[in-house]
Amino acid sequence: MSFFNIDGQQIEFKQGQTIMQAAQDAGVYIPHLCFHPDFKAHGSCRVCIVQIKGLYRTACTTPVVESMEVININEEVQQHRLQLLEMLFIEGNHVCPSCEKSGSCTLQSVAEYCGLLSPSLTFRYPDKKVDASHADYLLDFNRCILCELCVRASKEVDKKSVFAITGRGLDARLMVNSTDGKLVNSTFDKLDRAASICPVGVILPKHQGFKTPIGQRKFDIKEINKREQD
Amino acid sequence: MDYTDTIDTCEFVDSCVEPEKDTSLLLQYLIQIQYRYNFVPEDAISQLQHSLDLDVAHIKSVISFYSFLNSSFQGHYRILFSDNITDRMLGNQSLYEQLKTSLKNHKVDIGFTSCTGFCDQGPAMLVNGMAINKLDSKRITQIADLIQNNQPLELWPEGLFVKEENIQRSDIQFNSKAGDGKGIEAALENGSDAILKILNDSGLRGRGGAGFYTAKKWQFCKQAISNQHYVVCNADEGEPGTFKDRVLLSTDAHSVIEGMTICAAVIGATKGLIYLRGEYRFLVDKINEVLQKRRTEGLLGQNILGHQGFNFDIEIHLGAGAYICGEESALIESLEGKRGIPRVRPPFPVVDGYKNKPTVVNNVETFWSVSRIIVNGSHWFTRKGTPQSTGTRLLSISGDCERPGIYEYPFGTTLTEILKDCGGSDAQAVQMAGAAGTTVVPSGFDRAMSNEDLSTGGSFMVLGPQRNLMDLLQNFAQFFKHESCGFCTPCRVGTSIIADVIQRFKNAQGCEHDLKQLRDVCGLMNISCFCGLGCTVPTVFLDALNQHSQMFKDLMKTDSSTPCFNLEESVSEFKQITNPSGRGL
Repeated sequence: MSFFNIDGQQIEFKQGQTIMQAAQDAGVYIPHLCFHPDFKAHGSCRVCIVQIKGLYRTACTTPVVESMEVININEEVQQHRLQLLEMLFIEGNHVCPSCEKSGSCTLQSVAEYCGLLSPSLTFRYPDKKVDASHADYLLDFNRCILCELCVRASKEVDKKSVFAITGRGLDARLMVNSTDGKLVNSTFDKLDRAASICPVGVILPKHQGFKTPIGQRKFDIKEINKREQD
Repeated sequence: MDYTDTIDTCEFVDSCVEPEKDTSLLLQYLIQIQYRYNFVPEDAISQLQHSLDLDVAHIKSVISFYSFLNSSFQGHYRILFSDNITDRMLGNQSLYEQLKTSLKNHKVDIGFTSCTGFCDQGPAMLVNGMAINKLDSKRITQIADLIQNNQPLELWPEGLFVKEENIQRSDIQFNSKAGDGKGIEAALENGSDAILKILNDSGLRGRGGAGFYTAKKWQFCKQAISNQHYVVCNADEGEPGTFKDRVLLSTDAHSVIEGMTICAAVIGATKGLIYLRGEYRFLVDKINEVLQKRRTEGLLGQNILGHQGFNFDIEIHLGAGAYICGEESALIESLEGKRGIPRVRPPFPVVDGYKNKPTVVNNVETFWSVSRIIVNGSHWFTRKGTPQSTGTRLLSISGDCERPGIYEYPFGTTLTEILKDCGGSDAQAVQMAGAAGTTVVPSGFDRAMSNEDLSTGGSFMVLGPQRNLMDLLQNFAQFFKHESCGFCTPCRVGTSIIADVIQRFKNAQGCEHDLKQLRDVCGLMNISCFCGLGCTVPTVFLDALNQHSQMFKDLMKTDSSTPCFNLEESVSEFKQITNPSGRGL
C-alpha cells in the first residue's frame, strides 16, 4: 500500500491518482470548481491549489508521489483561494439573493466554505444576452466561470458538443453550437448530462423557479465539504 | 462588390481542403480563407463544416481565438501597427493617427497588433499580413496613396517590403557553417546515442526561454514507445522584442532544418513541423524553397543521404496572432488546428504531444545550434560561456541604442559590455527576456546574461534616460490583457485588473488600494497560473514596484477625499447617452 499525507493526515493512494482523486477517495475535502470525478482534470479554476514543499500545485492535475506532503489548509493557501474566488465573483454577475441556483451553487458554497466576504476588487458587470429560446432551459452567460463542465459533459457523455468556448482572455465566453447560436436550435435536451452539470447558475431549468425553498437546498442540507460530489 | 459570392467561396474552400480531410489543418485553411477575402465569410464556415465534418461552434471558436482571423468584412486592407514598446518609442502612435486621418473616407481596417518582430527596424506594421518596416511620415503618405488608389498589395513597390538582417556581432556560431548535410551524415553514421552524448556534453539548453537541456528532452522522447514521433520547430517568436528566429530562418534556414533532421534521426521521427508565427508569413516561400532544395539534394524526404529507411519531411504551419502559442503545449494544440490553450501537464509533449504522439518541441535557435554542435563537437561549444550556461546565444537588441540588431554573445557577458557594444550605455534600464522578463536598472548592469543570473529568451530592450517607465508598464499590461488565452482564472481576470490599475497610475489617479491590488494580483498570478507564461506576467510589475516605488507614489492622489478615478471620464458614456448634443446638463 502507498501513502502520502495531507495536512499531516496519512492518506492511501493508488498509483496514477492525482491528489484530488486520492483525497476524494479518503473523504478529505479540497475546495474546487472545475474538477469533477467523472471527467479528466481541467485545471482552469485553480481553486484547488495546495502547497507541496513550498510550491503551489493544483490538486486536480498533480499526480501523487509516495510520502508526498501536501498542505491543503493554511493561511496562505486559503488567502490565495479567496483571491481566486473573488476574481470569479467580480468577473460575472453573481446575484446570489435572487439567483435560482442559490443554495445549490458550487461557487457560492465554496466561497462560503473559504470565508469570502464582500469582494474588494471592482465588479466588471458583464452584459451578455440571456438565451431563453429553449422551452425547458435558460442560459445566463453572465454567471459562467468557464469551468467547461457543460462543454465536456456534452461532448464526452452526451456525444453532442452543444457547448463550446469562444473568444480569448476576458472575452472568453460560453457559446452554443447551432447556426444562430441559440439553444433551441441546438441538439440540447433536458435529459442531457450537460443540462444538470453546471456548478453555477448558467444552465437553469425553466418552470420551476424556487420550487425548493431557500434553506432546503443541496448545500443548505449538507455543506459542500461534507458531501460527496454528484 | 465588397467581397465575392457564395459559389466562389465554396469553390475556394474546396480547393484548400486536402483529400485526407485532416481536421488538424483547420487553422491553416482559415488562414488561407482570411487572406483571400480579408475575413472568414459565413459561407466558408459552413463549407468547412461540411467538408471537414466539424461543428460550427468549433470553427467559430477557433476563429475568435486568433487575432489575425476576422469574422466580418472590414475592408480590402487590414493594417495593423506593431505596438511593442519599441514601436511606441519610435512614434507609431502618431503614424497611426496620420494614416487614420488620411484614410478617414475609405473603408479600411486600421488597428494595432502585438510586436511583429521588427523592433530593430520599427515602427513596423502588417498590411494584409505582410510586414512593412521603418515607417515614417513619408511612408505613411505613400501607403495612404496606394490604398486610396485601390492598388492591390502585389503591385505595391517592393522597396516597402525590404527587410534588414542587422547581424551586429558574431561569435563561434555565426562564424561556423552548417546545414550542408554533414551533421545529418554524422548523426546517421555515429548513431543516436553518440549524438545524444555530444549534445549532453555540450550542455545545450533550449533557447526559447525555459532552458531545458536539449539532450534530455530528446532522450525522453526517444524512450517513449510509439509508432510515430514528431519534431516540431517553435518559430512562434512572440515575446516582445525578440526577432533572432526571423533572422535565422531568413538567412540560414538550412541549419535550422538540419537540426530538425538530426533530431528526427535521433528520436525516430518521420515528420516535422515548423510552427511559423503569422507575422512571419513573408518567410513561407523562402523556407519552402529551402525545403524543396534539400529534398532534391537528398537531405530531406525518402532514404535521406542514401540511408535506407531514414525518411523525414517537414511542413510549415502558420500561426495567426496568438502569443500564447509560443508555449509548447498551446503550440501543439494550435498545430492540431484548435484554440491555442495550454494542456494539462503531465503528460509532457515528449511523451504525449502532437496528435498524442511523442514530440520534441524546440526553438528555432536550438535546432540551429544543434546543427553546429554536431559538426564542431561539444568542446567547441563549451569553451565559451559558463559551466551552467555553455556556449553562446543570440540576443535581439532594440530600443534606445545606436546599433540595434542581432548579437551573438557567450553566456556570462555582462550587461555593461552588451550596452557598450550596441551603443546604449546611457540606458536607465534594460528589459531582459521581453514583456514577461525582468527590468534591470543600472545598479544591475554588472550582472551577466546566463541561466544562473539573468536568463533570457533573446529579447533585450534598452530604455534610454528620456523614457517614462510607466509607458513601458502600460504597454506590457495591455499586451498581456490582449494575449491572455482566458483559460485560467488568475490570468484571465488578473491581466485585466493589472491593466486597469496601471492605467490609473498612468493617469496619475492611483491610490493605496491600487498598490495593494497590484501586489496581490501579481503575487497570486505568480504562483497559481496554469502555464509558464501566466506565471511570468507579474515579473515586470513586481520589479517596478520594488525598484521604483517612488514613481508609483508620485502618481497617486495624495488627497484621500479625491476619488481614484476620473469623474468626467467615468460619466462620459452616460452623458453621451442622455444628452448626445452636449448642450445643457
